[in-house]
Amino acid sequence: MMKRLTFLGLLAALLLPSCAFAKKLNVVTSTTDLGALTQEVGGDRITVESIAKGYQDPHFVEAKPSFLLKLRNADLLISVGLDLEIGWLPPLITQSGNGRIQPGANGYLDASQFAEILEIPQGKVTRAEGDVHPLGNPHYWLDPDNGRRLAKGIAGKLGELDPSDATYFQQRLADFDKRLSEAEKRWDAQMAPYRGRKVVTYHRSWPNFAKHFGLDVVGYVEPRPGIPPTPSHTLDLINLMKRENVKVMLIEPYFDLRTPNSVASQTGARVLVMTPSVGGEKGVDDYFKLFDYDLNLLKQVFDSTK
Amino acid sequence: MRKHLALCVLLAVAPAFAQGQTSNATASDNAALEQKIRDLEDRIVALEGQVRMLKSQPGVASAPPIQPAAATPSSTSAEATAQAATAPAAPQEPVRLGGAGTAAAKALNPDISMIGDFIATTGQNPVVSAPTMEMHESELGVQAIIDPYARGDFFLSFGEEGVNLEEGYITFTALPGGIVAKAGKMRSAFGKVNTLHNHVLPWIDRPIVSGNVVGGEDGINDAGFSVTRILPAPKGLFLEGTGQLFRGDSADVFKSSQRSDVSVVGHLRGYGDISESTNLDLGVSYARGHNDLGSSFVTNLYGVDATLRYKPLRRAIYKSFVGRGEFIWSQRQQPGGAACLPGTCPDGVAPNFQRAFGFYTSGDYQFARRWFVGGRFDRSGRARDSRITDNGTSVVLTYWPSEFAQVRGQYRFTRYGAPFSNTAPPGKEDANELLMQIQFSLGAHGAHPF
Repeated sequence: MMKRLTFLGLLAALLLPSCAFAKKLNVVTSTTDLGALTQEVGGDRITVESIAKGYQDPHFVEAKPSFLLKLRNADLLISVGLDLEIGWLPPLITQSGNGRIQPGANGYLDASQFAEILEIPQGKVTRAEGDVHPLGNPHYWLDPDNGRRLAKGIAGKLGELDPSDATYFQQRLADFDKRLSEAEKRWDAQMAPYRGRKVVTYHRSWPNFAKHFGLDVVGYVEPRPGIPPTPSHTLDLINLMKRENVKVMLIEPYFDLRTPNSVASQTGARVLVMTPSVGGEKGVDDYFKLFDYDLNLLKQVFDSTK
Repeated sequence: MRKHLALCVLLAVAPAFAQGQTSNATASDNAALEQKIRDLEDRIVALEGQVRMLKSQPGVASAPPIQPAAATPSSTSAEATAQAATAPAAPQEPVRLGGAGTAAAKALNPDISMIGDFIATTGQNPVVSAPTMEMHESELGVQAIIDPYARGDFFLSFGEEGVNLEEGYITFTALPGGIVAKAGKMRSAFGKVNTLHNHVLPWIDRPIVSGNVVGGEDGINDAGFSVTRILPAPKGLFLEGTGQLFRGDSADVFKSSQRSDVSVVGHLRGYGDISESTNLDLGVSYARGHNDLGSSFVTNLYGVDATLRYKPLRRAIYKSFVGRGEFIWSQRQQPGGAACLPGTCPDGVAPNFQRAFGFYTSGDYQFARRWFVGGRFDRSGRARDSRITDNGTSVVLTYWPSEFAQVRGQYRFTRYGAPFSNTAPPGKEDANELLMQIQFSLGAHGAHPF
C-alpha cells in the first residue's frame, strides 16, 4: 500500500510539472476584439478562439452547441460584460460542464472592469427606453485607450493563470503598448482636422470611438436602442440632420441599409458602413487594422463632405 | 468627477513648471507629462472598474455592523446586558441558508421575470373547447447563481386559477468530468417540443402528437435527477447524452402507483454546423414509465427529432429559417383485447400493446426584422386507441413589436378521427379555428438553451 502510494506520488511529481510546461492556456473570448487583444499579449503561449464573428450583431448570437465544444476545454473565458451577451452566453456557460469558467470562478473574466464605460444610466431604467444596458454602454473596445487598458487587464489575468509565463505576457504587453501608442499618435493626427464633426449612427455602438476621436454623435437611426426605425422617427432624424447639417451616417455591417439610404438621399448625407469589430471586414484581422480601416473610411468621407 | 479634478490639478501645475524652467522646457518634458496624465487616467478607469465590480459582489453593499458591547471589557455586567438589550438584534442573528443580508444587498436578488400569454380563439371545434379569451399562462421566472458550484431556476406558471410549479431545479455546473447535473422538477429531455416553455414555441398551441402521446402542454415534466455530458465525437460534431430518472408522474403519460414506479428518459443529441449559417440538429429519445392503469402496465415512448436552422450571420436579425420535425412512437400496455380489433392485429404484435405513431413537421421563415411566417402539419394516432388518427394543418404569422413582446395569429384546421363505437362507422369531425396570442415579457428572463 505504502509502496504504491509512493510510486503514485513519484509519478504525479514527474508528470504534473511537465504537463504544466507543455500546456498552452486555452482562452475563449465572446467577441473577436477581445480575442485580438488577448492574442496580442498572449502570443504563442496561448490559443485563443472567439465565439461571435466580427460582422455579427454581438447582441444576437445563437447559443449553438458547437460553441460548447470550445467552451468545455477553455481555461479562461473573457466576456465583454455589461449584459451585451446576456441573450446567449449564460446558457452556454451553464451547459459547458466546465467548472473553471463559471461566473465567479478564476477562469471567468468580465473585461468591462478594465475599461472606461460611458452612458451609464442614472436613476431608474425602464424598457420604455428600448433595450437599454443598465450597467452602461458595452461597445467600449472602440477607444484605443480602452484597448490598452483591456490588454493590461488580460495580461494580468493570463499571468495569474500561468505564472511561469507571466513575464512573457508582460513583455508582450509592453510591446503592444508601445505599438499602440505610436498608432494612436498617427490616428489622432489623422482625425485632428475633423474633430467636432457631427455624425449620426444606427445603434449606440460608437460612444467611446466618438469620444476618443472627437466626433459629435447627434442622432441615431434607431428611435431607441434595439428598436427598428419607425417612419416618424426617421422623419425627425431627417429634419435634425438638415438642421444640424449632418453629412455622415455610421452604420454597423449587420444592419439593413434601406432606412439609412433613404435618409441619406433626402439629406445629402453619406452612408458609411464601418466595422465595429475585428473581423468585420476582409483584412481587418487585428486591433490595429480595425482602427486603420474605420479611420481611413471616415477620412475619405469627411474629405468629400463638408 | 474625480477624474476631472485630477486632470485640472495636473493642468494647473503644468504651466507653473513651464514658467519656472524658462527655456529648459523641452518637448520631452511635455511628453513625460502627457504620459503621466495618461497613466493617471488609466488608474482612475481601473479604480472605477473595481468599484463597479465591488458593487456587484455580494456582501459589500452593506458594511458589517459594529458589535457595540463586546469590545468594552471594563464595563460592568449590568451595563453590558443593558447595552446588549438596546443593541439591534440583527448582528447576533446566526447565518442561515439563503440569508443574503439586509435589503441593501439588492445586487443579490435573483433575476425575476414574468411572461404573460393571452390567447383568444374563434371558430368551431366539436372536440376540444377552448375559451374565447383567456389569460392562458403567466410564467414567473426566478433565476440566480446559487454559489460557485450551482445555479437555480424556478418557473411558476399561473393559470387564471391556480398555480403550478412548471420547473424548479438546481443545476450543478462545476462537477468534474464535464458532467452537468440537475435535481428538482423539470421538463424532461424527451425530443424538442417537450423541453420548450410555451413562450418559446413557434406556434400558439402544441402539435397534436404532443397532446395525443406525450402529455400535451405539461408533457413529461416530473421531479427527479438529470445528468448530461458532452460525448467524445469526431471533430466538428457535437454529441451529447442525457439520462434522467423521475418519480414517474407526468400528465396522462406516466403514473406512479408505488415508489418503485419510477420513469426514465434518455436523449442523445447530435449537432453539426453545415456552414457558418446553417446547422443540423438531430436527436433520438426514449422514455419509459408506468401508466395510469397500474404498476404492471408500462408505457414506452421512442422519438426522433430533426431541426434544420438557417441564419445568415450578417443579416441575423432580419432573416432566418427553422425547419423542424419530430416523430414519436408510443407503446402503451393495456389490458388485452382493446389493442387491435380481432383479426386485424398484425402478426407478432402482442395484443396487449397499443401502438400509436405521430409526427409533426413545421417551418418558420423570418422575412423581416419583426415578421415571421410559418406552417405546421400534424398527424397522430391516440395513445389509448391507436386506430383513431387526428390530422391538422396550421398557418402562423408572428409580429414582434420589440424583443419583449410578440403578437401572433394562427389559423388551425383539425380533422379529428372519430372514436370507434360499436355500431357507427368511423367518421370525421373537422375544426376550423383562428387563434390570436399576445405574449409579453417583464424583467430579466434568462436565455433558454439553443
